[in-house]
Amino acid sequence: MDSRLIIDAKGIVKRFYEGQENELEILHGIDLSVREGEFVSIVGSSGSGKSTLMNIIGILDKPTEGSYLLDGIDVCAAKDAELSRIRNQQIGFVFQTYNLIARTNALANVELPLLYGGVGAKERKERAEELLELVGMADRMNHTPDELSGGQKQRVAIARALANNPSIILADEPTGALDSKTGRVVMDLFHQLHEERGITIVLITHSNELAEETQRLLTLKDGLIIAERKGATYAA
Amino acid sequence: MLLENIRLALTALKANRLRTFLTMLGIIIGLASMVMIMSIGNAMNNYVNNQMGSLGANNMYLYVYIRDVDLDGNEINYETARGLKESDYFSKEIMEDISQKYTDKIEGISLSVNIGNAKIQKGKEYANIAISGMNPQAIKSTNLKMIAGNKIATADYSRGSKVCLVSDRYVNAIFGGDANKALGETVEANISNKYYTYTIVGVYQYEETTNDKLAKSPKDITTTCYIPIKAAVMQNPSLANYIQEITLVGREGIDPTQTAAEIAKYVNERYYKTNDTYRVEYTSMKQQAESLQQILGAVKMAFMAVGAISLLVGGIGVMNIMIVSIVERTREIGTRKALGATNGYIRLQFITESMVVCLLGGAIGIVLGILLGQIASTLVGASGMPTVSGILGCLLFSMGFGVFFGYYPANRAAKLNPIDALRYE
Repeated sequence: MDSRLIIDAKGIVKRFYEGQENELEILHGIDLSVREGEFVSIVGSSGSGKSTLMNIIGILDKPTEGSYLLDGIDVCAAKDAELSRIRNQQIGFVFQTYNLIARTNALANVELPLLYGGVGAKERKERAEELLELVGMADRMNHTPDELSGGQKQRVAIARALANNPSIILADEPTGALDSKTGRVVMDLFHQLHEERGITIVLITHSNELAEETQRLLTLKDGLIIAERKGATYAA
Repeated sequence: MLLENIRLALTALKANRLRTFLTMLGIIIGLASMVMIMSIGNAMNNYVNNQMGSLGANNMYLYVYIRDVDLDGNEINYETARGLKESDYFSKEIMEDISQKYTDKIEGISLSVNIGNAKIQKGKEYANIAISGMNPQAIKSTNLKMIAGNKIATADYSRGSKVCLVSDRYVNAIFGGDANKALGETVEANISNKYYTYTIVGVYQYEETTNDKLAKSPKDITTTCYIPIKAAVMQNPSLANYIQEITLVGREGIDPTQTAAEIAKYVNERYYKTNDTYRVEYTSMKQQAESLQQILGAVKMAFMAVGAISLLVGGIGVMNIMIVSIVERTREIGTRKALGATNGYIRLQFITESMVVCLLGGAIGIVLGILLGQIASTLVGASGMPTVSGILGCLLFSMGFGVFFGYYPANRAAKLNPIDALRYE
């Protein structure tokens, strides 16, 4: 594989309450690399350290030990303001609970990362409309989150994650709050984005079934990656 | 960015209308009372200035008053001090001396004596008058507007003619409103069983004073019947010997307080040096107006302080609600941070929100304050608007308030850890 290394993490250790009596080590030294255009899933049961790993990959949290380069940038050394900029430009988050901003319509939600990225109003609107169209929400742009169904909200959230053309989409249990039918729609959307646009996606899930659909599957257990293999049902 | 923030703030505030309104209430009340007090204060100031102008802004007053210490330096007890003797009062000699010596500083001495009050009856109609003997200077400072006849002639002053000026109210009651019919007629008054008769030579336009508003009926209002001071003194010689206070009318451009002090010093040294109990004190219209304005200013400050306290309470209310609002929106803050909002942006967002609350409340308060101020100053009987700079100051102040009381909660929001915020339930 010659494509660019997007995630290059080595020896990631995460400890909480460091130096205190109740010190707790969640991740025990994880190496993770994801190349441009890959669709990778990290699977594990609850308590395996998925969320902690996700926070570190999404630079919402810093590792206690280890090195992490995101698209070539040394994240561990970055200051607060730079971290905000990296989150804004390099990462697109998709959450289990959608986390759309209440009372704000779909369009404004998708515009938000662009606003933080300093994009002008006109361009923002055009880009957001384009993205909502891409996720099949063109006819609901002016609806607020409480006027949308779960699946629709998640599609808006995906459009939002794509706003700044990030290097990577981090999806944390994106179908966790959806019924299987709408969950399917969302998964199909991820596949479509991956295949048609070559978007790099890291899916974090506890569902083996969904993980099998991805290119590469990493199994996390007790803070260590214990297995890595090709997805069984990945169709490429 | 700022525009976005304002829009965002308005959306957030609209979502909680009642809460927003209650939050603003403290600011509204605080600013309304401050603006109202400014209006009333200005109205009072205008009122004082008007009164001062109509009474003569350059007037100075000299009056005979008890000394603090006697000639030997012993303190004088006000209760056991001897009463005024004829020789203690202003003599004709003193007044002539002042007029001559200070002719470049004063236009003259305004002198008036009161003969007394009388009720003039004509059939069922009646009019109350007060008879005052005036010298030309005193008449001049009353600024009478004549509607018929003429003012008292110079010759009548020097002869002490029994002529008089009456008001149109008097004419209305006694002559059925025909001022020309009154000219040449006589006023006959009985005061303490003495009869006084004067010929009407002029009718002036009566102007209502604040005291008159308290009269039971307009008919009972007492108007003045002006006669030459010499006529009054000829009829009642003792009046001339008991002048305890004189009014000096200063020329334009002098400093009344300083001039009054200078004249009082001169009179004391020349005429009261050997008086064991009395001396001459002074004041000026300007000085009185200043001290009145000082009192008004103090009252204004006191009320402003009350308004400021209410504003402070309102500001704390804003801060409280902002903290609640931020706790409620913790996940939103986390999401925004995950999407790339910097701490500075989050801080700005919430400061803007608190600023918008304060500005909206401030604007409503200012409008309310102007309205209340208008009502109140109408009751006082003078008009006064808060100054434009005052209003702008209030707006800026409320904006500053928003920043001040919004900063702490906004900063707290900005410093939230994104993971904790995202996972907050």
